[in-house]
Amino acid sequence: MFAAFLQYLFSGLTSGAIYALAGLGFAIIYNASHVINFAQGEFIMIGGMATATMVAAGVPIYLAIPLAMVASMLVGVAMEKFAVEPARNADVVTIIIITIGASIFLRGAAQIIWDKEFHSLPAFSGETPIAVLGATLMPQSLWVFGISAVAIAGLWYFFNRTMFGKAMLGTSHNRLAAQLVGVAVKKVLLASFALSALLGAVGGIVVTPITFTNYEAGIMLGLKGFSAAVLGGLGNGTGAIVGGLIVGIAEAMASGYLSSAYKDAIAFIIILFVLFFMPSGLFGKRGTDRV
Amino acid sequence: MNLMTARTGGLAVLAIIVTVAPVGFSNSYFYDVGVNAMFNAIVCVGLNLLIGYAGQISLGHAGFFALGAYGSGILTEKYGVPAIGALVLSAAVVGILAFVVARPILKLKGHYLAMATLGIGIIIHIVLKTEAGITGGPDGMSLGNFKMLGFTIKGDQMWYWVTGVLLIFAVWLSLNLIESPVGRALRAVHGSEVGAEVVGVDTSSYKVLVFVVSAVFASVVGSLFAHKNGFITPDIGSFFGSVHFVTMVVLGGMASVYGAVVGAVILTLLPQLLAVVEQYEAMILGVIMMGTMIFMPKGLLPSLLIMLKSRRAAS
Repeated sequence: MFAAFLQYLFSGLTSGAIYALAGLGFAIIYNASHVINFAQGEFIMIGGMATATMVAAGVPIYLAIPLAMVASMLVGVAMEKFAVEPARNADVVTIIIITIGASIFLRGAAQIIWDKEFHSLPAFSGETPIAVLGATLMPQSLWVFGISAVAIAGLWYFFNRTMFGKAMLGTSHNRLAAQLVGVAVKKVLLASFALSALLGAVGGIVVTPITFTNYEAGIMLGLKGFSAAVLGGLGNGTGAIVGGLIVGIAEAMASGYLSSAYKDAIAFIIILFVLFFMPSGLFGKRGTDRV
Repeated sequence: MNLMTARTGGLAVLAIIVTVAPVGFSNSYFYDVGVNAMFNAIVCVGLNLLIGYAGQISLGHAGFFALGAYGSGILTEKYGVPAIGALVLSAAVVGILAFVVARPILKLKGHYLAMATLGIGIIIHIVLKTEAGITGGPDGMSLGNFKMLGFTIKGDQMWYWVTGVLLIFAVWLSLNLIESPVGRALRAVHGSEVGAEVVGVDTSSYKVLVFVVSAVFASVVGSLFAHKNGFITPDIGSFFGSVHFVTMVVLGGMASVYGAVVGAVILTLLPQLLAVVEQYEAMILGVIMMGTMIFMPKGLLPSLLIMLKSRRAAS
């Protein structure tokens, strides 16, 4: 009874951590630019696919991982420079189409550069399960928790303790004011995409040994990351992390106790309920409109 | 240029194009593509009322399209309901569903609204995939021809003329809706919702109305598509299907009924042309989506009209 619950909890926390990283990526870009980046899931896919194919080709893993991170960041920066930046003042629908176009482009490119097959990575520290109170925990899940925690702590430090991070936060609160005190807003935008791509790649790399990856893996991850970010209230970093964990755990519980067929629907059912009763997410500020 | 703006002028041009196009059709494949282009155009004309005129994005309309298709499939195949009855019944159910979700959903703004409509579309898609007992699951289901009053619509050519008439009717209907007091109220909602409220426009009722109308458009086309194709799979209701519809609307030009038609036709023909370079199809589609939005944020048709106008002024 309890063992089964614990088992579901472990798997929920594992996927929840990845949704949290994806949700954070959404939040960072949204804060810097008020853009929802529908290609967020593709960053996760690129991280996983690039690492997996390099390792399969014989590149040592400690070299493949940083290379994949850099590749993903470059894609993020290129996307900001060539697709988002030129459409700075377009309306919401237009920018949504642009980022969806970017995600379709990246999926098409991944299919050509790599293939349509599923790829995996060897687990970082073996496949020997750890017994915890009757349930089993894979060592790779511990890597997922650990790396996610380190990434989140690193982000916290960056935004609260470094000058550039503070400049990014300032820009998210008030663009014009940030510009007036000398923040290079364009750099902030680029950095937000680079950072999101990095986060996505980290999540994608660390979870690939568990979930496998292929060129389409980013679609659902991205949409669930989006629902995590909306659940927490758009632009709220802590909210996105909590939202991601809620989505992951609810998904695991529902597929354990109710029906595994509807596993993918859970995130969207939760989000609809929340939006119906709390239109700005769990921790979002009530928006006011200027007339 | 007055011809394009005048209601009757535009309709006449559209009717002429639909009638004359088959002159260049050398075989039934052309008719087939033509029918699909017009199916998409009808959905987009409805969706454009919502996105272009009311300013409310929906990333879930393929879900309503799929519900119409499966409603027709299940009712005609499993319960022996006549095709037209199944079409009307499915459209009514979709309309009611849209009405029920519209109020809470349309309270949302921007990205929250995108998320909610996206969620509804995805849930519909997953239900159709999962309930294999009723829908046949991922394998899809087959259904028969569209019979009505002892008359059967079959063959690409016959479908072409039926769809052509329906497209003209759909365009006429939307033009009338836009020019009616409701349409004026809608444009006010798009311009400034609060402003519209202040002068006494019941904004939420109008938004709900348009949401329901656009969902019913999608459902009816879904039913017809199912009969024409004779076979449907849940993937017609996928997130990508919804994205496709929205892209057609935005590509052609928001807040332009004919723009929606142009966008639908272009994006239906595109994969046919790209079939030569099938491998790169997704990449090219992505580039076209990004490029159009960056260089012509208003969409193709309005941008072209502006270019024409400025050229005339110059000469």
